[in-house]
Amino acid sequence: MNNLLLILALIGSSTFLHAQAHLPSVDLQNLEGATVNTSEWENDGSPMVVNFWATWCKPCVTELAAIHEEYIDWIDETNVKLIAVSIDDTRNSMRVAPFVNGRGWEYDIYLDPNSDFKRAMNVGNPPHTFLLNGKGEIVWQHSGYAPGDEVELYENILRLSQGLEIEH
Amino acid sequence: MSQLTKIGLIAGLLISSLSYSQESNTDLGQIHGNFQTDFQYYRPDSLIGAPDVPEQFLLNGFMNLNYTRGNFSAGVRFESYENALLGFDPRYKGTGIPYRYATYSADDWEITAGNFYEQFGSGLIFRAYEERGLGFDNAMDGIRARFRPAPGIKITGVIGQQRFYFDKGDGIVRGIDADWNLNESIASMKENKTKIILGGSFVSKFEADLDPRYNLPENVGSWAGRATISKGKWGLFAEGAYKINDPSTVNNYIFKDGHAMLVNLTYSRKGLGILLAAKRIDNMNYRSDRTATVNDLLINYLPALTKQHTYRLPALYPYATQPNGEMGIQTEITYTIPRGSRFGGKYGTQIAFNWSIAQSLDLQNINDTTDIYESGTDGYTSDFWSWGEERYFQDINLEITKKFNRKFKLIGTYIYEEYNRQVIEGKTGFVYMQAVILEAQYKLSRTKTLRFEAQGMFTDQDRGSWAMLLVEYSISPKWFFAVQDAWNYSNPDPNRQIHYYILSFGYTKGGTRFLANYGKQQEGIFCVGGVCRNVPASNGLSVTITSTF
Repeated sequence: MNNLLLILALIGSSTFLHAQAHLPSVDLQNLEGATVNTSEWENDGSPMVVNFWATWCKPCVTELAAIHEEYIDWIDETNVKLIAVSIDDTRNSMRVAPFVNGRGWEYDIYLDPNSDFKRAMNVGNPPHTFLLNGKGEIVWQHSGYAPGDEVELYENILRLSQGLEIEH
Repeated sequence: MSQLTKIGLIAGLLISSLSYSQESNTDLGQIHGNFQTDFQYYRPDSLIGAPDVPEQFLLNGFMNLNYTRGNFSAGVRFESYENALLGFDPRYKGTGIPYRYATYSADDWEITAGNFYEQFGSGLIFRAYEERGLGFDNAMDGIRARFRPAPGIKITGVIGQQRFYFDKGDGIVRGIDADWNLNESIASMKENKTKIILGGSFVSKFEADLDPRYNLPENVGSWAGRATISKGKWGLFAEGAYKINDPSTVNNYIFKDGHAMLVNLTYSRKGLGILLAAKRIDNMNYRSDRTATVNDLLINYLPALTKQHTYRLPALYPYATQPNGEMGIQTEITYTIPRGSRFGGKYGTQIAFNWSIAQSLDLQNINDTTDIYESGTDGYTSDFWSWGEERYFQDINLEITKKFNRKFKLIGTYIYEEYNRQVIEGKTGFVYMQAVILEAQYKLSRTKTLRFEAQGMFTDQDRGSWAMLLVEYSISPKWFFAVQDAWNYSNPDPNRQIHYYILSFGYTKGGTRFLANYGKQQEGIFCVGGVCRNVPASNGLSVTITSTF
């Protein structure tokens, strides 16, 4: 029982901890095999969305398909960029390029086949979405997906692009 | 709880309060991490085959605490199994800190001491990784160094022992990998439209030979070479691996060498993606303990080239690679019928077709007096190009997704599967299964959505056919409610034609999720990524809390 109390104490204290402010530095490959360090991702001062997904994760695919339908408008209005990090391992990572292109998705896709970046970002289960402001600071995150979650995400992107703070 | 654990926790709390009080004015670094607890209360239910749980409730939990400052990072993972949930290996017992590391990285090098995860190429000869939800973790404990001597060239060296529950395996694993991106490293190729990346790795394990019968190799070396070539819409990946003879429990102590080959070709443009993959695995079981079995002390990773089904019923029959040998092919075509066309409608209609097959190797006796797989011999020979006669698995499936308007979306799926239970699960029988699934999503408002799933899975073997209905109601971004019932209506035992109903409730806020399930879970295989575990039937309440901070 003592252990349980300690866990609870830790959970409690975690509320006061400071999450990572910037993206950690991990080398990931894009679909052409070129290596890019995650700390170098940027979007010319506009907001960025970093989304963790996998081909075998149904809510992930539903989420990215839902955003896909509005993505062109999002870019027009806010210049946002969505980076979709696939945590598929070798079993499925080779399926990612045809999977994404066949659906017409226009996101920046990176592969994280051994979950190094997922671990560095402390992500538990996909989908998990982070929102970064124009300075590259992580200002918001959301775990899981229910239809309509993209509405809240976009409201926050809009606030950022208008220079407003995110409401938590 | 050990003294060390306590010190770790207290130190963690101290650092966290420091970083909080200092805000970001002076850089004291950052504390961040995540945690998950899975709690389950078990009710006895002999009818569905749920085992008795003397503790009544069980808990798995872990927390990662990481500290980063500039180029330095360090962290611990605290894990607790009081006792481990059913389906997890009972050797996960008690509480401790089985994972801790420190990393320093500079511009062109990086060094990690302690625990780490790593993968060379596609993992055919080395992969250290974790699937926490399945209790799989073969983290290395040792040292890893990375070095980038020139643009486009990356060298990684590892040495250490593998995690074995709360202990370590005795064997030592060491390896080196080089990755060479020609376009980044050769000036004249920078603008070249053909992208070429080459890689090679060498891995060796050391394990003392204490065997009274055989003279076993104490150092088992393995090599792998790979190439990734892409040009415009085309992509090719190929990796081949070789391992010297490595007699083990899994291969019945034969002295044959091992081979693995993985080839993957893709073509894709907007609206169309085609994948063609093939593999051949021959005697590639590779562990740092030659007596280890199942998921213990694996050094390499042999991916299954089959689609992983996520609907509850077809997910009951997943495939897993047979490390002793198999040949397999997978093809997948994803096509979007364009918007505005007759069948594309306003949003475009998506079609995904997938076919995969896995078959035995064609094994031949090495001579007239030796049986295939006879211990102490070379075991067998097999021609590289011939397929064996035994079917391990086949899956043909088609999925069509159509959005009719802003509110209504349908997904229809058909699956035909052949599943060799004897080879995959070690139980008798061969299952022929067909499944039909219809999923509908209806948006009541901007944030409120109803989702239905009707699943039917039809088979004359194993437990017979199933029908399932699921209704889910979600209020974005926080609430989620669902009720589902899977009915094993044609179980050959009339007493076991049971309704497995589950009520679910979820709450999400930011990076924190709470999920509760109440009801009956059927026995089945549960997979994430490449690993599967057998989950026994259960009846009761389960609660999962996850958080990222």
